[in-house]
Order: sequence, then C-alpha cells, then structure tokens
Amino acid sequence: MMLSDFPLWPEQASTVAPGVDALMTFMCIVCGGVSVITFFVIFILAIKYRRTPENQLAQDYEPPKALEAAWIIIPFLIFMFMFVWGSWLYFRIQRVPDNAIDIYATGKQWMWKFQHASGQREINTLHVPVGRPIRITMASEDVIHSLFFPVFRVKADVLPNRYKTMWFQATKTGRFHIFCAEYCGTLHSGMIGWVEVMEPVDYQKWLAGGAEGSLASQGEKLFQKYACNTCHTNDATGRGPVLLGLYGTTVTLSNNATVTADENYIRESILNPQAKVVKGFAPVMPTFQGQVSEDDLLKLVSYVHSLGTQKTAVVPVETPSSKATSAGSPLKPGAGIPPQKDKGATP
Amino acid sequence: MSSLTLHDVRFVEPETTRNYITHDYGALSWLLTKDHKRIAILYLISITALFILGGFFAVVMRIELLTPEGDLLTSDTYNKFFTLHGIVMIFFFLIPSIPAVLGNFLLPLMLGAKDLAFPKINLLSWYLYIIAAVMGLYIIITGGVDTGWTFYTPFSTQYSNTHVFGVTFAAFIVGFSSILTGLNFLVTIHRMRAPGLTWFRLPLFVWAMYATSIVQLLATPVLAITLVMLMFERVVHVGIFDPALGGDPLLFQHMFWFYSHPAVYIMILPAMGVASEVVAAFTRKKIFGYTFVAYSSLAIAFLGFLVWAHHMFVAGISVYSAMIFSFLSYFVAVPSAIKVFNWTATLYRASVALMTPMLYILGFIGLFTIGGVTGLFLAAIGLDVHVTDTYFVVAHFHYVMVGGAVMAYMAGLHYWWPKITGRMYPEWWARLAALLVFAGFNLTFFPQFVLGYLGMPRRYHAYAPEFQVLNVMSTAGASVLAVGYALPLCYLLWSLWYGRPAGPNPWGAVGLEWATTSPPPMENFHETPVVTWDAYDYPAMMKAMGETQNV
Amino acid sequence: MSDITLGGPPPAPRVEEHHEHHHPFLQHHFEDLGQQHEASTLGMWMFLATEILFFGGVLAAYWVYRVTYPEAWAIGAAQQIWWLGAINTIVLIISSLTMALAVRNAQMGRRMGTVYMLIATLFFGSIFLGVKMYEYTKHWQEGLFPGAAFHWNEVPALAPKVQLFMTFYWCLTGLHALHMIIGAGLLIWFIWRAWKGHFGPEYYGPVEIMGLYWHFVDIVWIFLFPFLYLIHGAHHG
Repeated sequence: MMLSDFPLWPEQASTVAPGVDALMTFMCIVCGGVSVITFFVIFILAIKYRRTPENQLAQDYEPPKALEAAWIIIPFLIFMFMFVWGSWLYFRIQRVPDNAIDIYATGKQWMWKFQHASGQREINTLHVPVGRPIRITMASEDVIHSLFFPVFRVKADVLPNRYKTMWFQATKTGRFHIFCAEYCGTLHSGMIGWVEVMEPVDYQKWLAGGAEGSLASQGEKLFQKYACNTCHTNDATGRGPVLLGLYGTTVTLSNNATVTADENYIRESILNPQAKVVKGFAPVMPTFQGQVSEDDLLKLVSYVHSLGTQKTAVVPVETPSSKATSAGSPLKPGAGIPPQKDKGATP
Repeated sequence: MSSLTLHDVRFVEPETTRNYITHDYGALSWLLTKDHKRIAILYLISITALFILGGFFAVVMRIELLTPEGDLLTSDTYNKFFTLHGIVMIFFFLIPSIPAVLGNFLLPLMLGAKDLAFPKINLLSWYLYIIAAVMGLYIIITGGVDTGWTFYTPFSTQYSNTHVFGVTFAAFIVGFSSILTGLNFLVTIHRMRAPGLTWFRLPLFVWAMYATSIVQLLATPVLAITLVMLMFERVVHVGIFDPALGGDPLLFQHMFWFYSHPAVYIMILPAMGVASEVVAAFTRKKIFGYTFVAYSSLAIAFLGFLVWAHHMFVAGISVYSAMIFSFLSYFVAVPSAIKVFNWTATLYRASVALMTPMLYILGFIGLFTIGGVTGLFLAAIGLDVHVTDTYFVVAHFHYVMVGGAVMAYMAGLHYWWPKITGRMYPEWWARLAALLVFAGFNLTFFPQFVLGYLGMPRRYHAYAPEFQVLNVMSTAGASVLAVGYALPLCYLLWSLWYGRPAGPNPWGAVGLEWATTSPPPMENFHETPVVTWDAYDYPAMMKAMGETQNV
Repeated sequence: MSDITLGGPPPAPRVEEHHEHHHPFLQHHFEDLGQQHEASTLGMWMFLATEILFFGGVLAAYWVYRVTYPEAWAIGAAQQIWWLGAINTIVLIISSLTMALAVRNAQMGRRMGTVYMLIATLFFGSIFLGVKMYEYTKHWQEGLFPGAAFHWNEVPALAPKVQLFMTFYWCLTGLHALHMIIGAGLLIWFIWRAWKGHFGPEYYGPVEIMGLYWHFVDIVWIFLFPFLYLIHGAHHG
C-alpha cells in the first residue's frame, strides 16, 4: 500500500466544503494553538519549580486576580466568534437555493434508493450534474438512517414517516462516497454507495437513458389506479378538494387552522386523511396506510406537486385558533426562509 | 473538650489500633458491611472487573478494524460488541468509578465524619449495581444487544432482535444505584461537616462531588422513565416513539439526551475534583482561584442540563433550536476552561513533585484540554454537520472520558492508595505505566480525529480501504494502552503484600484524610476534628509540623 | 519516613455533651438525634426531587402528544369516569390530612393517636387503590389496554392516537399506584412501630418523613386527575 493511498484531508467537492474547511482550519489553529501554549507553560513551570531539597514548599505568592478575569472573558469572546461563524455556515447549509434539481431518496435497511424527477431510479448510486444545486427529499422505510456525502460536507438524518430535505451543489466531477451515518442494524456499514458527479451534457445523456417516464407521470397512473380521481375531480362537484393548483398554497382546515400544502401535507393526507380535513368538506376520505408503498407515495406526491407549483411567499391569515399541529407543518413562508420540511412534533 | 487541630497533631501508632480492614474478618463482614470504606473496596473490585470486560470488547473491535473488510466477526457480533462496550464502560465503569470508589472512601474522611449519612443505603447502592451487572452479564452470555448504547428508536423498539428489554432494565437498576449515591453524598456534605468546616474551607474534591451528586440526583430519573417507556413499547408494541403508530422518534432522543448529556458531567466533574487535590498536593499550594474553581463545578452542573440537543443537530430539530443549543454549548465550555487555566497557574512558584499521581494529572490536563476543545468544534453547527456521527465524535469523547476521566481515576487511585491500603505502590513501575497510558492513548485516538474528518462514520464494521493506515495506527496504540492498564493491575495487587508500608501522610499533603492512620480506623477519627484552617493551608501546616517533608 | 507520631496512648473517646441517655434509635455515625433528623429529612426531600424528575419526564412526553393530538387526547379523557377520579382525589386529600395528624400526634407523644391516624391514612389509601382497581377492570373490559388487547374502536381514524393516550394513562396511574402500594406497605410497618411506642417528642422524624412521601404521592395525583380525566371540557364520558 502506497503512502499516496493515505489521505489526511477529504477532497472539497461542493460549494460549502471550502467554508466548512475554513472553519475547521481556524478551529485547529486557535484551539490547537491555545492547547500547545498551555502545555508549554505547564511544561516550563513544572520544570522550573520542581521540588528540590531547597524548594520543598511553594512560595507564598498568588498571581493577580485579573488573570482570572482575562481567561474567562477572552475565551468567551473567542467562543462567541466560533458560534457565530458556525451558525452562519449552518444557515448556508440549510438554505436550499431556488433553482434546485429535485431528487427523491428512500433509505431502507440496507440500501439507498434514489429517484430522479424524470423517472430514473438508482440504487446505491446517485448521478448528478456538476454546478447545479441538488435538493434531496428523503424518508426512511424503516429505522433512522443518515445520508452523508463526506466530500460535500453535508449529512442529514433520514426519518421514518417524515420527509426531510438536504441540498448540495457539486463543484467537481468524479466519483465520491455515500455513507449511511446513523446506526441502523446489521449492515449499517454496508449501506454505502457512490455519487457520480457528471458534466451537465453527460448528465442529460444519462437521464435520457431512463424510459419509465417521469415520477409525476407514474404518479398520475397511480392516481387513477387508486381511484383518487373519483373524488378529487377538477371542479367543485367532487367530494374531495380540487388538487389542480393546490401545491404551495395555504389551506384552511375544518378547525379553522391553516397549513401550507407541501410534500408532508400531501403525504399525510394520503396516509391519515382525518388528521387535517379541509374546511367545507366531509371527513370521508379513506386512509391508504398499508396499501401505498413508500415508492408509490413519492410518485403520487410528485404528481400532485406537478399539478400546481406555485411557491409564492403567501403570508397566511392568522386565525385565533391557527397553530401548526402534527408532523410536517413548515414555518410560515414570508419569514425569509424557504418552507422547512423537517419540522416534527418536537422542537 | 479535646479536639484535633492541625497545630496539635496526634496520630496513633498503627499497631495499637485496628483499621477498617482488620476490624473483623469473614466474607459476610464485607458483604453486609455498612462502612463506607469497605463499600468503596467492594465497588473497586466490581468496577475493575467490568472495566476489563468493557476493555475486552474494545480490544476485539480494534483487532477487527485492522482490515477494511469485516473478516474477524460477523456484522451482528461487531454491532453487539460496540453496544456492550458502550453500555459497560459508561454505566458500569465511568459513572460509578470516582464517586463510588474514591468518593465513598474519602468523603466522610474529608468532612471529618464517621460515615456517610445513610450507610445502609450506601450498601444498597452497591447491591443494585451488582444485580444490574449480573443481569447484564447474563444478557451478554445469552446473546447480547445490538442497538448501540443510545437505544435509538424505532430500531430498538421494533427492529432489533436482541435482549433490548433486559439490558434497558439493567440500566434502569444501575441508574438507581447512581441516584442513591448522589443522594447520600448531598446529605452528607450538607449535614455532616465537622465543626468549623465551612463551605469555603472544603477541599475542591468535595465541591466536585457535590456538583456531581446534583447531576446524578436530578438527571438519572429522566433516563429511568425514558427506559420505562422504551420497555413498555418494546413489550406492548404501542407507538410512544414509533412513527408508524403515531409516535415520535425524536421525542426519545430528546428524553435520552436530557440525561445522557449531564451524564458526561457526572463522569468528568469528579475527575476535575481529583485533579484539584493532586495538583494542590504535588505543588504544595492552594489551587489558584479556589472560589472560582468551586463555583465552576456548580456552573458546569447547571449548564450541563441545558445543552442536550447538540447531539441532535442533524436529527431533525429546527434551525432556531439548533442555534440555541449551540450557543449554550459554548457557554458550558467556559467553566472548564477556567479550571484548566487555574490548575496551570497553581504551578507558578510552587514546589512541583512529579510523582505518579501528578504525572497522571498533568496527562489529564493535556488530554482533557484536547478533548474539550474538540467539543468546541462539535458545537459549531456548520462544522458538526460534517463531523457528527463520524470517528471525530468517537475521538472527542474518548479524549475526555479516557484521556480525562480514566486518567484522573488512575491518578486518584495512586494518590490515595497509601491511605486506602496502608501500602505504597512501586513508583518507577507506576511512572512507566503512566507514560505508556499517555503514549498509547494518543496513538489510539488522535488518528481517529483525522478519520472522522475524512468521513469514516462511527459504528462501522467494515470501512473504505483508504482509511486503513489510520486504523492500523489506532489499533497499535490500543495495544500499548492495554499494557499500560495491565501494569497497575499487577503492581497494585503486588503492593498489597509487598509494598512499602505507608505512614499517615506519605505525600506531606494537607487534608483531613491525611490526619488519620493509613489505613484509617473503622470510625475514621478517634475524635471529631474541629477545623480552624483554610483548605490547602500549606504554610500553616508546614509551620505546625516544623520540619520539611522530603518526598 | 514521615510518620508524625507524637507518642502516647490514643486519646479517650469523646464524652457526650448532652447528658441524654443513649437513644435507642440514634445511629452511631451521627453526633446526635438532631443531626440525624435533619439528615433524614433532607434525604427525603432529595428523594422527592428525583421523583419529580421521574414523573416529570413522562408528563412532558404526555404534553408533547397532547399538543400534537388534541382531539384524540380529549376523547381519551372522555373515556374516564370523572366522578370516580374526583372521589379518589377527595379520598387522597383526606388521607393526607390524617397523615399530617399522625405526624402531629407523634410529635405530641400520643401513641394511640398516632396509630389511629396512620390506620386512617392506610384506610383511605386503600379506598383509592380499590377504586383504581375497579377502573382498571372496567377499562380492560372496554378494550382500553394498549397493545394486542386494545379493541376500542369508536372513532376508528383516531384509534391509534387514543391508544397512545391510554398508554400514558396506564403508565402514569400505574406508576402512581405502585408508589401508593409501597406507601401502604410502609404505613403498615409504621403502624406497628407506633404501636410499639417507638415515636415521641424527641424522635418523630420517621413519621414526618413518611408524611412527606405520602403528601408527595398525593400531589402527583392532583396533577394526574385533571390531565387524565378533565381535559375534554364540558362533555362527560
């Protein structure tokens, strides 16, 4: 094994990686430096004042108390600087750019399934174009996993029954590791794969190879297969709300609360329709829990998403009883941050 | 009324008094003892045995990790090994170690009391520990558990096929052992200090044990109830934490970490207390900034309750939640920094003796500093996103727990060994072991920081080939570390029969524990001391003794 | 070496300052009964602090789900028999009164008064437990025990969440009942001790500590009653 196979620092392959490495380098220098200085001082003092027959007792001397104040205040200020930098970097990592390409991911014991919006499906491999932001919306079919791309410096836990998003923008082509980073059972260390970052031209060529049809069109077929269209017609005569133009708008519920129609809302309405009943409609929709697989759910959600993609920053009317209740309710848009899809029941 | 003061030191000849070891004989006199010193010995034997068990799991894992492929153990077995390594080391070694061994032995001595406030409850604590340990051993033998010591749901409740119920029940029981020890210490410190022993005359070890006991008392019950709910869900299959049934896996994480973060302060605060004692004794000086060091123990205990969700930055908590916990995590680093700088300042114009306990403590200060600053790395959320759940975290917590708490435990064991056993250990073998531990430790765990930043996730049975060189270094270090730990096991045992008899105060240190025989009599002091001197009042002691100690 | 022996025989054991005869219940590691009393009382308060955290943990989880599933929680509460809970609340409060009177009697040195008040406390505590047993039986028959035995299905869409409510109901009231049973056992022991005449004006600490424990168990119920029985508003189950 050559010494060249012996990396000490990961490659930088995303837009945030240099920022993360910069903070890391700063921390290493400052913390390493302070530590080394402290060790040096200890070393010097331990030798200079070592116990000898002449130096049996310490001298009756106390260093000035101002020192105490110095090494409380100065470290605190340095820590606050680290906090601010770390938080700023975190916001960059969390905020998804507007023109992101959507990828859907499912984690299950012990593999990663990726689906592109145009229909390509991959297992344990993810093809992406370089230079474009990629947003991954993901859920788990079983236990908690974590999707980790070391060279992009991003990871996020993948939870069952809830969508989360993460994003990255690759800055160089190549083949890089994907790891599962949350212990998930026997083959946790085998739940790995590769992300293939390609030139945009190559990526288009690769995409064209898939012949299944887009996720949304597959979702449309499922919409008919499960007879959703019998209640969700495109006019006001249906027993269910109209889904055309629904995605991204604010919905008023029967208890006068409001919610934004995002992926989590759609998903919940399929699995647990009684949780949020739209105002003016009877709670007659049956649940599809147990009948629709995670993959099919993604397709249906993708289809409804495609029926109306308004993402206007609508500030909903605050009604007295309005409050975000169950899983998936995002922050209200207009707060300056794109809708968060990973808010759960707990803060 | 006659009373014992430093200026009127009276010691009794060892031969004319029976000490706590020779007081009576027979297994029952030990197994049914109410004496805090004997209970400390019972704990010493138990946790040493469990340390060896936990170490065994670690050694086998490190051998497996010599090669990238998982070729020594099956995946399931490896997963059980890291789970059991964590459970045994945290619940059955680190959390009891300094409090149950050194705290139990020394607290009444340092306070001038005859025993702890509730001796029978002290014995009960040990029995709860033993019952839990036996349960744990039974589970290990009959198949073990593979959830990780963190028991994340829904894996632990719905997917794992191992003895989750049994091991969580054992953890539940050992938690009560911890709670009762904390309760005992708190009442003892409040109500059984000798006359004249005001709060700010207390040794810093007592302050540290006080802060630790607060955390043990208040945090552990939350773990207990979390485990109860986990057990309920495991048996009855309701969805308290299972999203498929309406529950929330993040609720488990919040409740689990609400205890488990303060738990790490249970492990480090006593170590810091030992550090203060050893630094004072081997510099013959009062610790610089005594009051600040005392208050910083309380500050760490309090702030430690406020930072738990920094274990969950990528788990799905909100952005604002993450920022608050990051901010508070930086806050809790300040009192620890105070202590490190104050110990360093104590060395100035002191009389520094580099005996084994001091070597261990200097190592502790260095390694705890590295472990602590890497905590700052983890508290920066933007950086944590990359390094969480990787070997960076593994390296961080081993630096503070092993490089920190275990080194301080070894320091304390050596420092108070003469008091506990009446014998000196062989100094040169001990220094060799200390250096081996220091060197082996760094070789084992420093490469893991690099591995973590490179992206090697934790709890990985097999890994990508480019990580191999660093893993081999780590395993090499582990073998040196193992020798470093094996040596004290041998020479400390040897010293029980062949060690040089120690007098009451072989180090020439100031402290009530040194004002009685080595080993102490059953009732600790023949008469209750009346304290009229400050903590670490070396100038006064030396004047009173009228001679210098050539250590 | 550094033995600083100044010779001479060991000093004589310290003479007691107080000229009380050695109290039979003074434990020897304490200086006097006063210290023992203070230590024991402080110990009980600390223990109660752990209990607050213990119950607090499950109550916090209860609240998280209450906020998440308000309708299911209201339905769950509506399944309880509120007036039985109210009776139990009153019974427990009365038992706390008799417990306090027992402590008072012990302080005054009234032996049989202490015994009678402790018996009364045990009596009311037993009524509480009996009512609870009745409620539990009824819940079991109605299919309200979570898990495989759960067959309550009045509002099918919310059934899993109502099951979750019942999980908390059984956890909370079960833990509380366990504490009451332990308390009842301790009361029996104390009735025996009081009857033997162990307690008096200079040694009533144990009764006081028993009282602290009993009052705490009462206070927990004061929280549990509204949380589990009353949160559904005006309509009664």
